[in-house]
Amino acid sequence: MDDLLRDFVVETTENIDVVDNQLVRFEQDPNNTAILTQIFRLVHTIKGTCGFLGLPRLEALTHAAESAIERFREGAPVTRDAVTLILSTIDRIKLIIAELDRSMQEPEGEDADLIRALEALIASQAVPAARTSRQPPAPPTDVTVGTLVYQVLERELRSGEVSLDELEQAFRATETEEGEFGFGILERAALVQDKASPLRAVQADDAMADEASGEANTLESSLRNNTIRVPVDTLEHLMTMVSELVLTRNQLLEISRRDERDAFKVPLQRLSHVTAELQQSVMKTRMQPIGNAWAKLPRLMRDLCQDLGKDIELTMSGAETEIDRQLLELIKDPMLHMIRNAADHGIETSGERRRRGKPPKGHISVSALQEGGYIALSITDDGCGLDLARIRQRAVRLGLASERDIERMSDQQVAKFIFNAGFSTAEKVTNVSGRGVGMDIVRNNIEKMGGAIDVKTVAGVSTTIEIKIPLTLAIAAALIIESGGQRFALPQMAVVELVRPSGSADARIEHIHAAPVLRLRERLLPLVQLNRLLATNTELVSNWNNAFIVVCKVGGSSFGIVVDSILQTEEIVVKPVSAQIRHLTCYSGVTILGDGAVIMILDPNGLAQNVGAIAEAHNDNALPQAERLETGIAKTSLLIFKAGPGGPKAVPLALVTRLEEIDVKRIEQAGGKSLVQYRGKLMELVTMDDERGFRDEGRQPVLVFGSADQPAGLVVDEIVDVLDEVLDMQGGSSKPGILGLAIIRGRATDIVDVAHYLPNMGGGAVSRRQQKRRLLLVEASDFLSAMLAPVLQAAGYAVQTAARPAEAAGLLRSGGFDVVVVSLEDEAGLSLAAAASAATSCIGYAGRASAELLEKAHLAGFADVVGTFDREGLLASLGALGQGFGEAA
Amino acid sequence: MIRLNDNIPQDERAADDRKQFVTVSVGNQLFGLPILQVRDVFIVTEMTPIPLAPRSVAGLFNLRGRVITVLSLRTMLGFAAPDSGESETIAIGIEWRGESFGLLVDQVHEVMALAEAGRESNPINLDARWSSLSAGVHQLDSQLLVELSLESLFSDLSSKAA
Repeated sequence: MDDLLRDFVVETTENIDVVDNQLVRFEQDPNNTAILTQIFRLVHTIKGTCGFLGLPRLEALTHAAESAIERFREGAPVTRDAVTLILSTIDRIKLIIAELDRSMQEPEGEDADLIRALEALIASQAVPAARTSRQPPAPPTDVTVGTLVYQVLERELRSGEVSLDELEQAFRATETEEGEFGFGILERAALVQDKASPLRAVQADDAMADEASGEANTLESSLRNNTIRVPVDTLEHLMTMVSELVLTRNQLLEISRRDERDAFKVPLQRLSHVTAELQQSVMKTRMQPIGNAWAKLPRLMRDLCQDLGKDIELTMSGAETEIDRQLLELIKDPMLHMIRNAADHGIETSGERRRRGKPPKGHISVSALQEGGYIALSITDDGCGLDLARIRQRAVRLGLASERDIERMSDQQVAKFIFNAGFSTAEKVTNVSGRGVGMDIVRNNIEKMGGAIDVKTVAGVSTTIEIKIPLTLAIAAALIIESGGQRFALPQMAVVELVRPSGSADARIEHIHAAPVLRLRERLLPLVQLNRLLATNTELVSNWNNAFIVVCKVGGSSFGIVVDSILQTEEIVVKPVSAQIRHLTCYSGVTILGDGAVIMILDPNGLAQNVGAIAEAHNDNALPQAERLETGIAKTSLLIFKAGPGGPKAVPLALVTRLEEIDVKRIEQAGGKSLVQYRGKLMELVTMDDERGFRDEGRQPVLVFGSADQPAGLVVDEIVDVLDEVLDMQGGSSKPGILGLAIIRGRATDIVDVAHYLPNMGGGAVSRRQQKRRLLLVEASDFLSAMLAPVLQAAGYAVQTAARPAEAAGLLRSGGFDVVVVSLEDEAGLSLAAAASAATSCIGYAGRASAELLEKAHLAGFADVVGTFDREGLLASLGALGQGFGEAA
Repeated sequence: MIRLNDNIPQDERAADDRKQFVTVSVGNQLFGLPILQVRDVFIVTEMTPIPLAPRSVAGLFNLRGRVITVLSLRTMLGFAAPDSGESETIAIGIEWRGESFGLLVDQVHEVMALAEAGRESNPINLDARWSSLSAGVHQLDSQLLVELSLESLFSDLSSKAA
C-alpha cells in the first residue's frame, strides 16, 4: 500500500501542476473546451484514486472542485473569482499531498471552508436548461442542487464507498485498456443504486462516458505505455557503471594496441561502439526539457498579478532546451525568485505605466537557449529598471563599498550589488518579495552549479537578468595538459586559445622584473607557470620557446598558463575532491582518464587568484588571503615602476602601449630633447625628474605611450610589476605629473599623470595643425578623465571636460564643439547626442560595450562606441570623423 | 583486570564488551582500527600526487572506478617517509562521511577482538600528535596496541585544511 501511495503522491503532484497551468490558460480562453476537458479529467483522476486509497479529506476537496469545474463544462460563465477559488482549493490539495509525502498520512484538519465556498459557487451558477432536463431525479431549483451535492456524496456515503472500492478493485483486476470508461460506468451504477443518485455524479459520469468512447483515452494509455518511472538513484548508478565500462574499454583498447593478435580487434571495435552508444543513451536519460522547471510559472504569474494588482503577461521561449536533471532541480527556485522580483519590483502598476507612456500591460519574458556547452537563460521585464541611486546608497550603508568607490563604479557594477546578501531596496516587505534574501540565494545557487549571473538594467525601460549554466554537471570538455611530469585537466570553457611563443612580434615572452608576460597581438598577458604555482617544480623555465601557453579568460581578466605540453581534449566525468583537499582553490574536482589514471581538474578561477598571489610573493609583502580574494569591485591593471625620487609609481597598464628596453647608446640628443629611433619614428624620451638622466650604459627601461605614429617614451628606473588592483585614489597631489596617491599592495604609490608628459611630446605635431578641433570629454571619474584627456590632447584636440551629462549639455548648448566623447557607463550620457547640434559628432565609450548598448547608442545618434581603455579604438574613431571634417572643409 | 592476551576473535562470554579491530603496523608500532569503519584492504599502485595538498595526503588512487584519497599514516604520525615508496603500498580502505579514503600502512596484521574495558587512556607523556590520534592503549602480551580514533584522524586533517 505504501508503494501505491508513493506513486499516487508523485503522480498527483505532476497532475496538479498541469491543472494549475491549464486553469490559468482557461481563464484567459474560457471557450476552449479541450482545455476544460483536460482539467476535468485530471481532477477526476485524482478524486478517483483518493477514494481508492482511502483519503477522505482529499477526496472531499477534489470532489467539490470537480463539481465546480463541471459547471464550466455545462456552460457556466468563467469568472476570475471562480478560478481563484479553484486554484486555492488546489493549493490546499498540494498541502495535503505534501504532508502525505512526508508522513504517509493525511494531515488533521478541516476543509469545510473551501468546500462551502465551492458549493456556494456551484449554487450561484445557473445550469443551462438543456442539460438539467436530462437528469431524471433532478430537483428544480439551484439551491437544492448545491446541498444535494454536498451531503449525498462525501459525508454520508462513507460506508457505501467501501463496497464501491471493492467493486472498482474487482473491475480493475479484470479490465485493461479502458480503465476510466469502465470506472465511470461502474461508479455511476453504484451511485444510482444508492437511490440518492446525485445530480452531479450522474452528470459527471455522463460526461465521462461520452469521452471515453473517443480517441482521447487511447491516446492517454498509449502515452502511459511509452514511459516508465525510474528512481533517480538507479539512473545515477547506471551512469557510474557506464563510466566504469568506458574505462575498462579504454584499457582493453590500450592492450590491443600493443598486442598484435588480430582476433581481438573486431569484437573490441564492436564493444567500443556499443559502449559509446550506451554512454550517450544513459547521458540522455538525465536530460530533461528546461520547461519542466517553468511549469509553475504561469500560475505563479497569475497569483502575483492578483496579489500585486498588476497586469502582467508572461511569455516563455525555448522551453524544449534540454538540461541535466540535477541542474533542473537547482534552477527551479532561482527562477521563481527572479520572476517574483521582476513582477514586484520591476513592473509598474498599469496606471504608472500609462503615465510613463508604456503599454498598460507589463511583460516578462523568460527564454532559454543552448550556446555551446551552456544554457543561456534570460529573464527580461519591461518595468522601471533598477533604482541605481538607491542601490548606491544602500551599498554604502551596508559597507559594501566606500562612497568614493561607488561614485567611480559603472551602473552595471552597481547593479550587481543586488546579488549581495541582505540587499533589498524594496521599501516594504510584501509577501511577494522584499526580504532581501532572494537574489543572493539565486547567485549562490547559480554559482554552485558552475554558472554565472549578470544583470543589465536601463532606467525606466527594462531589467534583464542573464544566467549561464553548464548543460550538465557531470561531464565537461577538458584540455589535458602536462606540467612538472604530471597531467591535469583544464575545463575547456575557460580556455581561449593555445599559444606557442615564437619569439616573433606576435607572441613573444618578456619579463618585467621577474614576472613573465606574453606580448600577444599588441597586448600584454600576465603568465603563470603552472609548475611553480603548484610547486611541482620550482625551476624557472629556461627555454620559453619550448613551452606552451594556454590563454584563459576568467571573469573578464585574461592570463596565460605556461605548461610543459598539451596532450589532448577529453570529455571528463567530474568527481568531487575530498574534504581534505577542498581548501585548495586551484582544483575544482578529480577525474579518471581513459587510461585509468586519476588526475586533478584545475579551476581557472582559483588559478587566477593565485596569479596575484605569485606576484605578491615576488614583492615580498604578502597580504592576507582575504584581501586577495576580494572581488566584486572592478580592478584596474596597473603597471608599477620606479622612477625618480620617492616611492613606487603606477600607471594604468591600458595606457601603456609597450614596454621597451632601449640601449643607451642609441639615445641621441637633438634640439634640447632626448630622442631615440623607434620603429622608424623618432621618439622623445622624457624623464620623471630633470636631474636624473639616463643610465650610463646598458639598457634603459622605457614606457612607451601614444599612438604608433607618435610614440613618446617615459624613462623609468625599473619596472616592478603588473598588478590587478582596485584603484582607490587617496586625494590629489600638488606635485606636477602626479595625479594622486593610492595604496597598492600596502604601499603608498604615486599615480602618474600621463597628461603631464604627453602634451610636451605631442606638441610639435599639434602645432603644425592650423586649428585645433574642440572636443568635450564627459566623464564622471576624475581619474579616467585625467587619463583620457592627455591622450586626446596628444591627438590634437583642444579638450574640455565635464563630469556630468547635465553639465555637458549646458556646454554643448553654447556650441562650438566638434566632437563629444561621452562615457556611457551612465546611461544618461546617451541623451547628450540629442543635446549636441548637428555639427557635433558623438563618440561613446563604456567598460563593456554590449550589443544592446551599441544599438541604443546608434539609435541615439552616436557615431561610434568604443571600450573605455581602448585608446587606439577611440583615436581611430576620432580619425574617421576627422576625415569627414576634412572633406567638409 | 582482564588480560587481553587472547587473539581468538569470538569468545562468547565476553562478546558484548568486545570490539573487533584490524591491526596494522607503522614503524614497528601496532595500531588498531575499528573494523566497522574498514571497508577493504588494497594494494596501492600508481598514485596521483596532489600538488599543494597537506603532506599527509599522499595522493589519489583509482580503485575500481572509485577515486580514493590516500592518506599516509606514517606522515600523520610524524614518521619519516620511507626510503623507497615500496614499503608503503598497502592501504586500508575507510569510508568516512560519505567519502572514500585509503590509509597507507606498513603492514596489515590479523583482526583482534579487544575488550572495551581493557582500553587505557593515553599515557600523559605521549607525544601530542600521537595522543590526539589515539583513542587509547590496549596491553597485548608481546606489545602495546594503540587504538586509532578515526574521528580525530580525519577531523585533524580537515581542521588543517580549513
